[in-house]
Amino acid sequence: MTFDPRASLLPAIAVLLMLAVASLFFGVSDVSLSALWSEGADGRTAQILLVSRLPRTLALVLAGAGMAVAGLVMQMLVRNRFVEPSTVGTMEAASFGMLLIALFAPDLPVIGKMLVASLFALAGTALFLQLLRAVPLRSIVMVPLIGILLSGVIGAVTTFFAYRYDLLQSLNAWTTGDFSIVLRGRYELLWISGVMVLATYFVADRLTVAGLGKDFATNLGVNHRRVVALGLVIVSLVSAAVLVSVGVIPFLGLIVPNVVSLVAGDNVRRTLPLVALLGAGLVLACDIVGRIVIYPYELPIGATMGVIGSACFLYLLLRSRARVA
Amino acid sequence: MSPEARRRRVTLAFALLLAATAVAVVAFMTLGARGNWSFVLPFRGVKLAGLVIVAVAIAISTVMFQTITNNRILTPAIMGFDALYALIQTVLVFTLGAIRVSAMDPRVIFAVETGLMLVFAGLLYRWLFSATVRSLHLLLLVGIVFGVFFRSISGFLQRIIDPSEFLILQDRMFASFNGIDQSLLLIATVIVLACGAAVWRMLPVLDVLALGRDHAIALGVDHQRAVSVTLVLVTLLVAVSTALVGPVAFFGLLVANLAYLLLPTARHAVLLPAAALVAMIFLIAGQTILERVFAFDTALSVVIEFIGGVVFILLVIRGAAR
Repeated sequence: MTFDPRASLLPAIAVLLMLAVASLFFGVSDVSLSALWSEGADGRTAQILLVSRLPRTLALVLAGAGMAVAGLVMQMLVRNRFVEPSTVGTMEAASFGMLLIALFAPDLPVIGKMLVASLFALAGTALFLQLLRAVPLRSIVMVPLIGILLSGVIGAVTTFFAYRYDLLQSLNAWTTGDFSIVLRGRYELLWISGVMVLATYFVADRLTVAGLGKDFATNLGVNHRRVVALGLVIVSLVSAAVLVSVGVIPFLGLIVPNVVSLVAGDNVRRTLPLVALLGAGLVLACDIVGRIVIYPYELPIGATMGVIGSACFLYLLLRSRARVA
Repeated sequence: MSPEARRRRVTLAFALLLAATAVAVVAFMTLGARGNWSFVLPFRGVKLAGLVIVAVAIAISTVMFQTITNNRILTPAIMGFDALYALIQTVLVFTLGAIRVSAMDPRVIFAVETGLMLVFAGLLYRWLFSATVRSLHLLLLVGIVFGVFFRSISGFLQRIIDPSEFLILQDRMFASFNGIDQSLLLIATVIVLACGAAVWRMLPVLDVLALGRDHAIALGVDHQRAVSVTLVLVTLLVAVSTALVGPVAFFGLLVANLAYLLLPTARHAVLLPAAALVAMIFLIAGQTILERVFAFDTALSVVIEFIGGVVFILLVIRGAAR
């Protein structure tokens, strides 16, 4: 199929901007341009906009783009389409780190929590890659199978200790993604996720080559080991930042790169902007819907994301299948 | 491996599984009984029966499902079967109201839910599997997305439902292995036995189906009909296990793949009982560990996921090293 992802970039950016504006102006408190104008920069409306709406919108964009890109990087590194941070143990390991912090160092500042969570995420992902290396005969289904079971094992250990120390409810609170808690001062870590997306763009070509396999990459003069290490750091930092700030957003990292790859192929430098935009747009749209449906209450992103996201993707997948058939 | 050695290996593995199951059953029934046999034996017997029924239902449904889809990572749970069941339950409570639902005979509700599930799953998955393009990639993605979709709609309805009604619903959906619904146990046993008999008669057909659609048709199997019958059986078994103990996530995946790893054979006459035995060992031994070692201070799924995951990963690595 001939499809140039660059052609769809402009419309995607336009849609994303529209969604972002909608996210800025929609919510329980009324924010309108006329009120903003009449009250001036210190008025209540401006305060709401700066303290709540803008941080929330930024957090949505950063986290959405970050998780989608992390999924893409993971899929390139492992050379398998069915992996993403929450199915190979990365997220579970980071949650385990959070649990240990809650047990032993609850007063740690948020940046410390994030670092510990990143280290655990790094260790968990590295463990997964190490396990894969021990299984030379990788069939396409064996890789996600090992990932799912590894994350099951790590998750079981976490649940075990959480159950023992009555932290199960807190664990649930961290692990369900929710953007309603985002305020100024509570989301800034997510900029790390944004920086990582940019960093991914700069190493995009190396990732593409690494996605062709170790021997091939080495043959082309790419230091495969270093690219894998770099990718690991990107995935771990993004996962930890998102987990610490808003919780797990499942399913995004798996589906978005897959849909983009179905229509636009596997050249990371070309697909990356689209993956990031689609991820951010999807999260934004789902969050806005979550704010509307049971207004003035809110649904957490997980619920809306599951319904809307999966309905959209089912449509996309089945439509593209019909075309292939 | 020569055919002889392979046959010996299969026999040996099967015998070991049988022995391990026996050990688990004996341990479950006798450990910590303190001589109070007239109470302990019937009490634990009912629990044991529940565990066995669930184990058989999950193992057989998963292996058959993997046979008709021709791959070893799709399970009814991953393709959203038990999420669909939970959704039907939620919708039932949501539309009829919890009071009316809990006033009804659980067997009637079970029958209604299973009937609805048969209709939906039948339509949905037959359409999905009979399509001409059978790309594993798409199928897996679509399955995961369907699962998320069903779970999210249930989650969504559960959020806007009345809190007291939600409590009743939660009670129904997260039934644990400790509180197996006894009024359903008998009907579940009957269904599992009936399905087992049907599967027994289908064994040669299943062996042929495992070769893939084209080969099966070339060998004279009515593929569409066989797949439909298998899907009906799978749906019934999933409904039984979900009604008894709630969704079990990756348990089916684990036991089916362990059975493939342990027994190098493609014959369902061996694979299905072996998978059922593996499932029984995990459930019964897990429940014993839960009761005796952790004094109920954790959940069975935690024990199973940990032990099962470690065992599976070790097996894969050992198999690769050889």
